[in-house]
Amino acid sequence: MTDLTLTPVQTRQSHIGKAVLRWSLYILLGVFALFYLMPLFVMVTTSLKSLEEIRTGDLVALPREVTFEAWRTAWSSACTGIQCEGVRPFFWNSVLIAIPAVTLSTLLGAMNGYVIAQWRFRGANLIFSLMLFGCFIPFQVVLLPMARLLGMMGIAGTIPGLIFVHVIYGLGFTTLFFRNYYVSIPAELTKAAKVDGAGFFRIFWSIFLPLSLPIIVVTVIWQFTQIWNDFLFGVSFSQAGTQPVTVALNNIVNSTTGVKEYNVDMAAAIIAALPTLLVYVVAGKYFIRGLTAGSVKG
Amino acid sequence: MTKWLEEHTPKLVLAPSFVAIMIFVYGFIAWTAWVSFTRSRLLPKYEIEGLIQYERLMASPRWETALNNLFVFGALFIIIAMVLGLLLAILLDQNIRTEGAIRTIYLYPMALSMIVTGTAWKWILNPGLGLEAMIRGWGFESFTFDWLVNPDMAIYTVVIAAIWQSSGFVMALFLAGLRSVDQEIIRAAQVDGIPTWRVYTAIIIPSMAPIFLSAFIVLSHLAIKSFDLVIALTGGGPGYATDLPATYMYAMAFSRGDIGQAASSAMIMMMVVFAIVVPYLYSELRSKDD
Repeated sequence: MTDLTLTPVQTRQSHIGKAVLRWSLYILLGVFALFYLMPLFVMVTTSLKSLEEIRTGDLVALPREVTFEAWRTAWSSACTGIQCEGVRPFFWNSVLIAIPAVTLSTLLGAMNGYVIAQWRFRGANLIFSLMLFGCFIPFQVVLLPMARLLGMMGIAGTIPGLIFVHVIYGLGFTTLFFRNYYVSIPAELTKAAKVDGAGFFRIFWSIFLPLSLPIIVVTVIWQFTQIWNDFLFGVSFSQAGTQPVTVALNNIVNSTTGVKEYNVDMAAAIIAALPTLLVYVVAGKYFIRGLTAGSVKG
Repeated sequence: MTKWLEEHTPKLVLAPSFVAIMIFVYGFIAWTAWVSFTRSRLLPKYEIEGLIQYERLMASPRWETALNNLFVFGALFIIIAMVLGLLLAILLDQNIRTEGAIRTIYLYPMALSMIVTGTAWKWILNPGLGLEAMIRGWGFESFTFDWLVNPDMAIYTVVIAAIWQSSGFVMALFLAGLRSVDQEIIRAAQVDGIPTWRVYTAIIIPSMAPIFLSAFIVLSHLAIKSFDLVIALTGGGPGYATDLPATYMYAMAFSRGDIGQAASSAMIMMMVVFAIVVPYLYSELRSKDD
């Protein structure tokens, strides 16, 4: 018992020790925060500088003179190969790809998850396992046959072709999300509704859909982030006019002609990143839930 | 008829997705596997010729570099991201008042495209105007940090950028794990006067083994699939010093017109992924059925 009673001097010392520990903890956390923020900070400041200032100035210095010239160039006149229209047309390509692909894959995932979780039949679990394994394949293994198939279907290098690819390879994850969500809803609910004479779609529409808002948000955010940030499918299955924004950004940055305009590169990178960053800031909670659900599974 | 339809609606709803997965995942894997055993070059051929493509792979110095890079990059990326993620999670677990904001800052890179990440780090690490020039400008004239253009060091720039992008996510995983440890046990240990660091090393961290496994699976999966980051950051260069299997496969498929090499390298990538993921998924699915 004696060692628990401290003299006043000892308590004061331990108070000081605690405060020091506390402060160093906050400082350490702050240093790491700087590490994560630094690239974003450098991107933003560089995009607001003139090329002249970039050549003479400091990497992390604030711009002496703020100019939006680089943003204008990046948006509407930077060269992505032979085309010099900025990232604007490609930004809209990404929108045109993402919206239908996210909608379709979420819808299909909801129906699949509903069937697998609530209308169990023989083989349903095997089908689910097969779909789950499909989430993990490296897509390189399907690139060659997919390129040939898109060619045969006459949609190679088109936006519908890319939508098709994203829907197919998004199905595994969207099904997983909804299945894991619906599995926790008691089967008695479906049974009772069946006794009352409600059919398959009626039950989905009036019982399950109204309960699904959180998982719809998680799935939509997950799919949107995946599809917007995709590069592999975009670069493999698009042509000059149908490339998504990630491919256009890479072309701007790695085009070898002319003077390297770092400020334009950075502005283009921020433009390409804005939609997913916005989603993250607005709905970060759901974004994290999707990430962890996609990796740990519920 | 309507009765039959009613009975089979669930199966009919699932059928299109099932067929799609069977064709576009498993059928396509089979196609790639088949072609990897042929002499296909610019066009696919379908006569089986044995392991010729795999022998060509093994003989290719570029493939050897790609495989070596995968091991160097993968090992460093996984280990550092896990250590950093765990450290950040433990630091954040000390009743930090601004936890929400700090977590948001640590995790936002995960929302970015690898192409954006690569573009940003390419600019920061370029020796002419980036970090090196900045520190020289501060008076350290002989400071050199040219990893990005140094063939022996360039792969480490990929490691840096990849860790920057993914470590926050590992932190989120570990933080969720720390929160799920039984608080009673921790309190009991504290009452017994066991120092905090011992509580972590002896009680909390060992109880998070499943989280370590998930983090490992996710990170190794990310490492093997890494493609965009290398393309944006180094383009596989200098030369092919930072090639990974994914960039090798892409180069063979779409710029070299060597379908046989593309198929066989893709198959090896898949085997590496499956060697890691299949035992994990198998045990997960089994434990769920029990």
